[in-house]
Amino acid sequence: MTMKRQQILFLCLVNPELSSKTIAWALYDGASGADDSRMETGDSEVPPYGSVLDAMRDGWKVIQAPQLPYFVHGHENETGHLPWEYMLEREVEIHG
Amino acid sequence: MVSTANSHLLDARQMARFCSDGLIVLEDLVPQELNEAVYHDELTVQPQGYEFWNSSEAIRRVFDLPQVKGVIESLIGRNYVYDHSFLHTVKPHISKSQNWHVDSGVMNPNPHNFDIQAFYFAHDTPIEMGPTLVLPGSQLRRANYWSISRYKNIEGQRHLAAKAGTIAFMHQDIWHCAQPNRTDRTRYVFKIRLNAVEQQRNLFNTDGYDDPEVREILKTHYPWYGSDWQKEYYQRLEFWRFLVGNDYIWKKR
Repeated sequence: MTMKRQQILFLCLVNPELSSKTIAWALYDGASGADDSRMETGDSEVPPYGSVLDAMRDGWKVIQAPQLPYFVHGHENETGHLPWEYMLEREVEIHG
Repeated sequence: MVSTANSHLLDARQMARFCSDGLIVLEDLVPQELNEAVYHDELTVQPQGYEFWNSSEAIRRVFDLPQVKGVIESLIGRNYVYDHSFLHTVKPHISKSQNWHVDSGVMNPNPHNFDIQAFYFAHDTPIEMGPTLVLPGSQLRRANYWSISRYKNIEGQRHLAAKAGTIAFMHQDIWHCAQPNRTDRTRYVFKIRLNAVEQQRNLFNTDGYDDPEVREILKTHYPWYGSDWQKEYYQRLEFWRFLVGNDYIWKKR
């Protein structure tokens, strides 16, 4: 029996333009087992895709784009979480 | 109170490295004989965890060494307060890693006033043994506890692979996480948090704080900054002005 599972890929870029360089990445794989230890913190120095556009060309669909910020006067030079984070998904088939 | 000899204080280049990276890693700070005494205690004494500080006379000697106290006093002054400590362990053949985090659920209202966390390695800790993973340059960003836990890998992350006798002194807000241990030996690292209770200005050897070489260190660029690079540099210079007690150095008017 064939079933579908969702994979989610987060790619953080150097700026909001979709072909700009990936600087952080995380895969959450709904097709993996509970004891699967792929995509742990610190397990890779090279991103799976160099940009969001590269991932789209490999079949990933962008399902969330970062909102462009409104800079509040007096706090415009503060930094926090990585601002240009895209969420992508694809479905894969598993055989149960 | 006896003042620490000037020769044991951090110099301006070392302090600039801390200002830029949020940590300074000092190798060979603890003599091998003492490393072996601490490692022996890590293997044998009880209780461990939060109580290792009280269980091991050797670990207390480490933090009484003049070269260790000199670093601590450079960062948080002589009137620091013990917050807590913990002997962190990762058992052999653990393939799961910890998520990225900052060590507080309460936002630090002013990152210029910071606690330090010292990570001491009493035994050699190569990458396969799971030394702590840190993100240099993350200490001035506004994040708290597990709010950064969705990330897995970030360009510029650094595995703190260390030789015995190394201590990494970290700003309280640096992003970090524990790593898998793929060896057949338990990995130990002793962490101690110390609170600053005085203004952290001019505490180190400030000679040459405005040298061009120091400014180059302060310009250290991490690829993961992306479009935030200039904001990071702006904040870092503000931090440096605070640390050296000069509110106007390299300031555009």
